[in-house]
Amino acid sequence: MAAHSAVLSASKIINPFWGGRLGNTVKVFGTTLTSHRNKTLLTGENIPPPAKYGGRHTVTLIPGDGIGPELLNHVREVFRFSCVPVDFEVVHVNSALETEDDINNAITAIRRNGVALKGNIETKHTMAPSVKSRNNLLRTSLDLYANVMHCQSLPGVQTRHKNIDIMIIRENTEGEYSSLEHESVSGVVESLKIITRNNSLRIADYAFRLAREKGRRRVTAVHKANIMKLGDGLFLQCCREVASGYPDITFDSMIVDNTTMQLVSKPQQFDVMVMPNLYGNVVSNVCAGLVGGPGLVPGANYGRDYAVFETATRNTGKSIADRNIANPTAMLLAGCMMLDHLKLYDHASSIRNAVLTTMNENRLQTADIGGQGTTSEVVQSVMRIIQSKGQLTADL
Amino acid sequence: MTARCVRSLSGSLQLLLRNRFCCVPVDFEVVNVDSTSASEDDINNAIMAIRRNGVALKGNCEKICQWRYNDGNQNISKSRNNLLRTTLDLYANVMHCQSLPGVRTRHRNIDIMIIRENTEGEYSSLEHENVPGVVECLKIITRTKSLRIADYAFKTARERGRTRVTAVHKANIMKLGDGLFLECCKEVASGYPEITFDSMIVDNTTMQLVSRPQQFDVMVMPNLYGNVVSNVCAGLVGGPGLVPGANYGEDYAVFETGTRNTGKSIANSNIANPTAMLLASCLLLDHLKLHAYANMIRRGILSTVTETRLHTADLGGQGSTSEVVQSIMKAVESTGPRTLST
Repeated sequence: MAAHSAVLSASKIINPFWGGRLGNTVKVFGTTLTSHRNKTLLTGENIPPPAKYGGRHTVTLIPGDGIGPELLNHVREVFRFSCVPVDFEVVHVNSALETEDDINNAITAIRRNGVALKGNIETKHTMAPSVKSRNNLLRTSLDLYANVMHCQSLPGVQTRHKNIDIMIIRENTEGEYSSLEHESVSGVVESLKIITRNNSLRIADYAFRLAREKGRRRVTAVHKANIMKLGDGLFLQCCREVASGYPDITFDSMIVDNTTMQLVSKPQQFDVMVMPNLYGNVVSNVCAGLVGGPGLVPGANYGRDYAVFETATRNTGKSIADRNIANPTAMLLAGCMMLDHLKLYDHASSIRNAVLTTMNENRLQTADIGGQGTTSEVVQSVMRIIQSKGQLTADL
Repeated sequence: MTARCVRSLSGSLQLLLRNRFCCVPVDFEVVNVDSTSASEDDINNAIMAIRRNGVALKGNCEKICQWRYNDGNQNISKSRNNLLRTTLDLYANVMHCQSLPGVRTRHRNIDIMIIRENTEGEYSSLEHENVPGVVECLKIITRTKSLRIADYAFKTARERGRTRVTAVHKANIMKLGDGLFLECCKEVASGYPEITFDSMIVDNTTMQLVSRPQQFDVMVMPNLYGNVVSNVCAGLVGGPGLVPGANYGEDYAVFETGTRNTGKSIANSNIANPTAMLLASCLLLDHLKLHAYANMIRRGILSTVTETRLHTADLGGQGSTSEVVQSIMKAVESTGPRTLST
């Protein structure tokens, strides 16, 4: 179990969250030149996504609904201000339409660019059940099999628990989110939860590799195999198989109900957690709540060929949309993760530092973490700090 | 009255319980269920005993998990607890999480009633492997059971004078399944105009629970979400040793600890917290309409819990199980006129 000092030292703030060592796990092909994607490329190769013109990257931007468009505009503003060599290709997805053209366009754009930054697309309950969740469609079509969320206690945010540092790796494509349901007998609905050996091995492998890269010592698998013996039993077995290949990392497992109870009493005991889709949803929301709320934690969805970045808890935030009170931290940090992925580490660290300084030192916080600041005030403060600290803006 | 002693933590608790009920007009019929045996005879005996008596108090039966999912004959032993619940059709699991005055927790003033559907949902134990390496688990949601649990929730809310019922679901993803559950809740809600009804997605619910649990009043939900949410709430009010749970059916009622832990690691070391099991027995007495006895024992428990030096290890104290029980018995003795008269 990693032990952390109560106050993050300045050096920790400056180092990017990912420690600059993210490279190996995901390869991204930025263009369609390599149309027959070489599926046998080993993960050891570290190919940065080729920039298209003049060293600038193109990233797909999907504004989504609710607070998404507002926050993504702020992200663009900050990027433009910091002279980040990223161009955004904006693709709108209208969640009120029943046809899937919009989302298919978005998927094509992501295939073209390889990387995306997105807001959450609302799934209305009132529409017919045949209208699938757009976010889910995006994740499964692009096979973004790993959802990674890093929950860390931030020094400037008042929470009931301190020293939390949990990495949650959640299977993103199967499990309860298969959208396979039917009503064979009227009044009786069967929802299928699919667990496959391939996907379970893949996510377990991803989890252990990531744990090793980040120097983490313990991986916990979260399951409910006492009830879903075949399904979660298979998941657990796959995790054990993969664990045997990583003797330096301790592997244990915990049932999801006990996990959630431990999380609210002693969250410091957890290090890296790997789990199927639904438990991942619940556990990641609990952890986000523990470190300060949905406005603080960024999330990333990685596939073999693509990566999509968003807020970790995927909230649409309709009730606070367009009121200038949303917390831009999660989206800005997601943007930084994207920059790390594109290997633009300097820009990523400078923006990250600015965001953390604003929150921790300047105590400029939005309403969700108990402050009084508005979104634009926070963003202005971030830009001011970038201006004062960054040599980059002067060099360019 | 049936009491099941299983080889675990609750075994010793049960013994203490029986010692204490000397003046309560309840006789215990003990039925042992051995969780290691492969046959289902034990559990069938238990079920028959419960059918005979109508009420039971139980400890948790450890489930033997068989990880070897593909050993040809797919010999899966069903969860005994689950078998008991489905056979007796104990469709409502009720857990009342309240902040107790003597217990220090990070959140205060929590008073949440969780009503969880107990027989279907993800716990149907219907799984199969048509293609090797691909397992399908079925989650069943039916209209009848959803209406039934929603009705139970609103009736209970009305009886207790609660003003708000929240349905917890994931209908944005499981549109048919949880959509049906939500629809049933809405239908029932229309018949109770004095009670506010709203719904919340399970991930948002868990996040709200860890930041602002005071906003919740009564919550109703399908089986798996109920499991997770009840464990989160138990953690919020002080841990698994404090909250009792009850399983109600049309004809039977079974009482146990709220979070159904076996607690193997602390078995027989006299450090387990007896509060949950004792409060469960008070619920049982209430069910049998022996309210005076129930209140007497409950008062004794609350006065003991307020005294920090008698807290067991899970609450951060140093007391042992027997010390706590002795203290409760003393409290009951000192306050209760009944013990003297009988």
